[in-house]
Amino acid sequence: MINSKSIALFLFLLGFWLLMSGHYTVLITSLGVISCLLCVYLTIKGNFLDNETIPIYFFPRLIQYTIWLIKEIFISNITTAKVILSKSEEPELFSVKATQKTNEGKVTYANSITLTPGTVTTQIKDNVFEVHALTKEFGDDVRGSEMDRMVTWLEKGK
Amino acid sequence: MFLAVLIALSVSFLLILVRLIIGKTTYDRILAANSIGTIIVLAISVHGFYMGRPEFIDISIVYALINFIGTVAVLKLFDKGTLGDK
Amino acid sequence: MLDLSIQIISIISFVGGVFFILTGSIGLIRLPDVFSRIHAAGMIDTAGASFIILGMILQSGFSLITAKLVFIGIFIFFTSPITGHVTANLARKKGVIPIGKTKGKTL
Repeated sequence: MINSKSIALFLFLLGFWLLMSGHYTVLITSLGVISCLLCVYLTIKGNFLDNETIPIYFFPRLIQYTIWLIKEIFISNITTAKVILSKSEEPELFSVKATQKTNEGKVTYANSITLTPGTVTTQIKDNVFEVHALTKEFGDDVRGSEMDRMVTWLEKGK
Repeated sequence: MFLAVLIALSVSFLLILVRLIIGKTTYDRILAANSIGTIIVLAISVHGFYMGRPEFIDISIVYALINFIGTVAVLKLFDKGTLGDK
Repeated sequence: MLDLSIQIISIISFVGGVFFILTGSIGLIRLPDVFSRIHAAGMIDTAGASFIILGMILQSGFSLITAKLVFIGIFIFFTSPITGHVTANLARKKGVIPIGKTKGKTL
């Protein structure tokens, strides 16, 4: 019952309470702790606390992946702005295969593709993603599957 | 400086409003409404700084939450025809 | 001296954010179909929002307001791909034909 997932969920909820509250007296903070404990208890009772809620095995490599993703997003933002201003778009639609094993890994990969401007995941069936790209270069980036390797590396944990 | 940012946000609000009116498909309109929501979230925060009262941030957090829930709810309504599970 | 440099960085980041938001709005009007317009909307949600929030963080100093601004940034960062994907998926399911080439087998 008390494992690393429930402790991580409790810390997230407590951080959110402290962020929203702004009043740090003993009474109000203790009320916050009690509400967070109640929420964690209800989550455990409802069987919601699994790898999809708190993918805790992502955490060791999450910071490095986030920095890499922000760099990618910045680069493709500049490219998308150039494409929009120079009227040189040639949209295309294609499918790629994902090599992730778990659902959380697939969700992370699809969301990373969509978060990068210039590529959008439109449909998912098993491990085949259908991707819409703004130009041929963006399509080549996804087909080169560097992001796929990064997400698979993130999914493995330590 | 904050006033200049607010004016630029208003200009982009008007540009997106053009897309929301000419539309063509429903999905264009939903997309434009979602982008307007994001711009309003930023504009509320910048307006708070412009008035010297950054407490406006709380309102813009609530606006961001409702913007997301509202967009997904409207899309679900178009997909299934109902918001419940029937 | 430090104050001046923080002001300059904050102004640069506001200018960058405004540039990306205006470019995204122009793209939202100019691009040909709904799938291409999602890219422009994604640009408003990622680059525009992040740069303007960064500018406000530098203006606010260090307080609870800073943490709330960071929370808004993270929230927009997490929800933007979800709305984009749901819109694209629904448009594709309801039979909107994308303009442009189709390579290989699609779903």
